[in-house]
Amino acid sequence: MTFQLLCFYAFAAVTTLAALGVITLRNSVHAVLCLVLTFFSTAAIWLLAEAEFLAVALVVVYVGAVMVLFLFVVMMLDIKQEPLREGFIRYLPVGIAVAAVMLAEMLALIGVRAMAQVPAPANPAGDSNIAWLGETLFTRFLLPFEIAALILTVGIIAAVALTLRRREGVRHQDPARQVAVDPRTRVRVVKMAAERGQEPAA
Amino acid sequence: MPTLNDILTLLPELYLTGAVCMLLLIDVFLQADQRWVTHWLAVLVLAVTGWLVVSGQPTAPTTAFGGMFVRDGVAEVLKVFALLASGIVLVLSRPYLRDRELHLGEFYTLILFATLGIMLLVSAGSLVMIYLGLELLTLSSYALVALNRDSRLSSEAAIKYFVLGALASGMLLYGMSMIYGATGTLDLGSIRAASATSAHPTLLLFGLVFLIVGIGFKFGAAPFHMWLPDVYQGAPTAVTTFIGSAPKLAAFGMAYRLLDSGMGGLLVHWQEMLAVLAVLSLAIGNIVAIAQKNLKRMLAYSTISHMGYLFLGLANGTPAGYSAAMFYAICYALMATASFGIILALARTGFEAEEIADLKGLNQRSPWFAGLMALAMFSLAGVPPLFGFFAKVLVLKAAIDAGMLWLAIVAILAAIVGLYYYLQVVKVMYFDKPEGEPLRAQVDPSLRVVLSANALALLVLGLWWGPLLAWCQRAFAG
Repeated sequence: MTFQLLCFYAFAAVTTLAALGVITLRNSVHAVLCLVLTFFSTAAIWLLAEAEFLAVALVVVYVGAVMVLFLFVVMMLDIKQEPLREGFIRYLPVGIAVAAVMLAEMLALIGVRAMAQVPAPANPAGDSNIAWLGETLFTRFLLPFEIAALILTVGIIAAVALTLRRREGVRHQDPARQVAVDPRTRVRVVKMAAERGQEPAA
Repeated sequence: MPTLNDILTLLPELYLTGAVCMLLLIDVFLQADQRWVTHWLAVLVLAVTGWLVVSGQPTAPTTAFGGMFVRDGVAEVLKVFALLASGIVLVLSRPYLRDRELHLGEFYTLILFATLGIMLLVSAGSLVMIYLGLELLTLSSYALVALNRDSRLSSEAAIKYFVLGALASGMLLYGMSMIYGATGTLDLGSIRAASATSAHPTLLLFGLVFLIVGIGFKFGAAPFHMWLPDVYQGAPTAVTTFIGSAPKLAAFGMAYRLLDSGMGGLLVHWQEMLAVLAVLSLAIGNIVAIAQKNLKRMLAYSTISHMGYLFLGLANGTPAGYSAAMFYAICYALMATASFGIILALARTGFEAEEIADLKGLNQRSPWFAGLMALAMFSLAGVPPLFGFFAKVLVLKAAIDAGMLWLAIVAILAAIVGLYYYLQVVKVMYFDKPEGEPLRAQVDPSLRVVLSANALALLVLGLWWGPLLAWCQRAFAG
């Protein structure tokens, strides 16, 4: 067993355990942190597979940006956990049994032998990973890449359509009017006759 | 690198993409009472795209972007009818949306993006393209279902659709990853070539099972039908009309690409699986539909049963079977727009006309609409000489030709059961006394014209089915 394989098993075990934690932990903040761990150990597995760019992108984009946003959302939502988990314990044995049977069946069918085969590396030319990925993305996979961009556009449109609401009677700022304001309409200089103050008594 | 030929092959899709983006920008500058501009521009865009599809159709199947995109006869027929169905949906839904303050520019943008997803999906030449086209379609559909934010039922339906849809996409991707593992390629043609000599036949078969699960979900075939009734009922009727029509053509296109173009070598295996899905869909769809009081739910279960009929043709696995299935998909899309269109036409502010009891005595109030609804119901039931009858005959013949006589017998029995609940609607319209507030049909002229043309087409195509069938057969002949 090489060191690489040992690392792979270690990271894979951490990934699986952390993923289990995401769906079983009671505290949703802990669940999000587990998800961060899942992403992180997945990135480590990708590093082992020599997909450096993907690993770095996963850490930077998902762990760095998306999950932090997630954490904010979860902290703000203040979800009551108990009612959500009513049926959880009751269905847990059945769920585990089904999952175990499915896993056993799949392993029996596909066999560990098939998995032991190492697939050919995606990059036979031996370029740097980033150069190869970039070139493939903009030549062979140009069309899927552009469609992925369209899907993101639909995501934005859907988010706007589902959340943007024009509310009546809400106070809001209008920067254009704020900038264009004339000082004379805001500040009124009042001329007053000077007044003699009361002499302090003694 | 893409060449000019690649771009020309993709011209209809590129035009639609550009036009949707323009429409999105134009709509921002319009007031709410000027939305008719967006509406008619969207219909125009669909028409122009349809013209580009037909006029630029190459004589022989052409691929673009290194096999990612296939433009052949099948894609042409499916695109033309998907565009037609989307156009019908747009025209039928305008009065309904206007009455409910749902007449948003985003409705048009999302429908057009979903149609773009359909066009890319039915032209996919690679597993990546199938997945991306499907996501473009379903993501737009989730948002459309949730469009009515103030309705609890609508939000519930959207969440259910989203969660189950994500699960099905996961299944599909899992199956695709196994197929990639077994064949080492994402290109559908190469997968078909490699599947015969694959070193991992069990892995391939395993991937196939997951593909079938994904396909079954997208069709709404039993036992993957659980989302369908809730989504049909909960979504605004205009959106239900869309989900019930054009995406069924996309589902057929996806199944054809995956099963024939990609997994054609495993025909004996998926034939059996589709037969099981067909029997379950026919039985569950038709029997549960009898118990429904809500018209939209009843039509949802009727969809499930119709997907069973469609699988009869698909399971045949020959060009004749595929053309029968495609004919059925087209027929179903037109019947769905007609039957949901009646609900759209009868709905008004504060009244959905979605219970079967709401149609009581429709014949006395509005004989023309009652007649159109009767046409749609008879066609769904498969009564001669309507369109639905001939489509059913074709898929039954395909099943018998494939040596699945038992399946054809089950399908005929299911059709007899189905006759009951379709005729129930007709009985309510013609023989029951009207009660409650009088039903008033929408007076919008474009809706009346399109709905009447749609329902009458079911009769006309039932009598002159020849050209359409010949077109479907030509698509698979090449």
